Amino acid sequence: MTNLSLQNLTLRYPGTAADTIANLSLDVPSGSLTALLGPSGCGKTTTMKIIAGLLAPTSGDVTFDGASILQTPPERRGAVMVFQNHLLFPQMTVAENVGFGLKMRHVPRAQIAARVAEMLTLVQLPDMGTRRPADLSGGQQQRVALARALIVAPRVLLLDEPLSNLDAHLRAEMRDLIRSLQQRLKITTLFVTHDQEEAVALADHVALMLDGRLRQHGAPQAFYQRPVDQTVAQFFGGVNFVPGVVTAQGFASALPTLMLPPNLPSGPGTLTIRPESIRLGAGENALQAQVTDRIFRGTQTRLHLRMGDVALCADLPPDQAASITPGSDLTIHLPPTALWIIP
Amino acid sequence: MKVLRRLAVGTLILWLILPLIPLAIWSFAKGWRFPALLPQEFTLNAWHIALSDRAGVLQSLWITGAIAAIATVLAILIGVPAGRALGQHRFRGKSAVQALIIAPLIVPGLAVALGLHAVFLHLGLTNSFTGVVLVHLIPTLPYMIIIMTGIFANHDTRFEAQARTLGATSYQTFRHITLPAILPGIIVGGLFCFLVSWSQYILTLLIGGGRVQTLPLLLFSFATSGRNDLTGAIALIYILPGILILILTARHLTGTHPALAGLAHK
Repeated sequence: MTNLSLQNLTLRYPGTAADTIANLSLDVPSGSLTALLGPSGCGKTTTMKIIAGLLAPTSGDVTFDGASILQTPPERRGAVMVFQNHLLFPQMTVAENVGFGLKMRHVPRAQIAARVAEMLTLVQLPDMGTRRPADLSGGQQQRVALARALIVAPRVLLLDEPLSNLDAHLRAEMRDLIRSLQQRLKITTLFVTHDQEEAVALADHVALMLDGRLRQHGAPQAFYQRPVDQTVAQFFGGVNFVPGVVTAQGFASALPTLMLPPNLPSGPGTLTIRPESIRLGAGENALQAQVTDRIFRGTQTRLHLRMGDVALCADLPPDQAASITPGSDLTIHLPPTALWIIP
Repeated sequence: MKVLRRLAVGTLILWLILPLIPLAIWSFAKGWRFPALLPQEFTLNAWHIALSDRAGVLQSLWITGAIAAIATVLAILIGVPAGRALGQHRFRGKSAVQALIIAPLIVPGLAVALGLHAVFLHLGLTNSFTGVVLVHLIPTLPYMIIIMTGIFANHDTRFEAQARTLGATSYQTFRHITLPAILPGIIVGGLFCFLVSWSQYILTLLIGGGRVQTLPLLLFSFATSGRNDLTGAIALIYILPGILILILTARHLTGTHPALAGLAHK
């Protein structure tokens, strides 16, 4: 059980103009699973390498349980990184791969064999020990890589896009395996991904990184309901943004004045609401809208709505939206509890 | 097609072996005058002399082998880190360094050796075993560095990073991850170096000053003295390691993972 903390971490490669990682502070509580989310090239993997000791930061600190580990060589940090493409050692068997970390720690051979068998069972690959990595499928390789990391009982587990090389059906299976192993073993885990669905489905906490900066950190729900800015909201599929001013009466904008949830600071701001939170029919904050388009998206149907100069999108269950044709008029309402103001 | 290929292989073998046949015959001949197609009499006389202490062949064999082995080990010790730097890192002046490394293969050896002779004279390295070993690094190192550069350019360093985070020290990482990956290159490069040093004549003569009597020097002195039977016998002894090495490395030089594959796109 180790508390991982990044403090004002900054990395600038020599000869480049911008910081690859800028002033990143992040706490990964002991035993939790935190997703480091961001588009490719935002500095996620670089952050992991710094934690693992494969890169030195320009400034800032990384602590395990409050003690700086920057001076500790990678092999003594207890931070194991699982790379995106598994990186199983091709010249070794599956069992040798899994047992590698223990062999490097000079654990007796019989003990290694027992632990390897245990780990392979844990990742649901018993009896695969004598195979070569090349003979395994991508999903199996990923499990072996996970077993190889877990066998050394790491203080911090770093997973770099563990699901991105897998097919859709394997991905869900692997996601559940990672989640259940992490819950069982309670290893402090940082998990890098560019897929926000993956992040919210797996993680206790999500940290969103854009251009080397931490933009928002917190519970997965917050990114949908209380995004800190428009970019964050957009990254999570937010599409509805209405500029205006928060007053004592409510939200004043091109739309009729809207009731807001209590305790929002007054002043200019941008109103946002998730497309799936918009409701049909009369209610609080009812509006008359014209349907400009209807797009079937499988589990939901997206309606493009227009109210004067303001355009909004609403996602409805397909059966509710089936009878709504483009060009028709519609009454909708925006439940005040679903509204959020971006300062 | 099959016939053509067999013909090609046959021709190649003939071409390699044909020059050796007269040498072999000479070494067993007792007088072989011009118009005769084959010697009238055969004897083991030349082999007796060649393998006796008198001719100094065995001693030369030992010296040549020791020089080649030491030069090879030094070339590996220098060539592996140099190949790693050139194969995996970008740095200022890299192309200049690469050009300088290949230079000994382009510039005539004699010109270099003459200049070097003056330097070695100053350093007191002439006429010595050490001096000859050092000068043999000039023609051998380029091969080693070029081969290791190719090997390292194809080597994925993330395996090493992975090993480190799993708890391997930098020595353990080298021992268990890097070394197995680069070993074929070291073997092929090392054997190349051994052969290049083994067949070195001019540099040995100039720096060794005739005091360091390697096999090629001895062979040349017998060849110029007109003892064709002895020359034949010594020449065959001299060729032996080359053939052995060719057989040993054939597997590494061709096939699915040839050690020289990295050179193709360097």
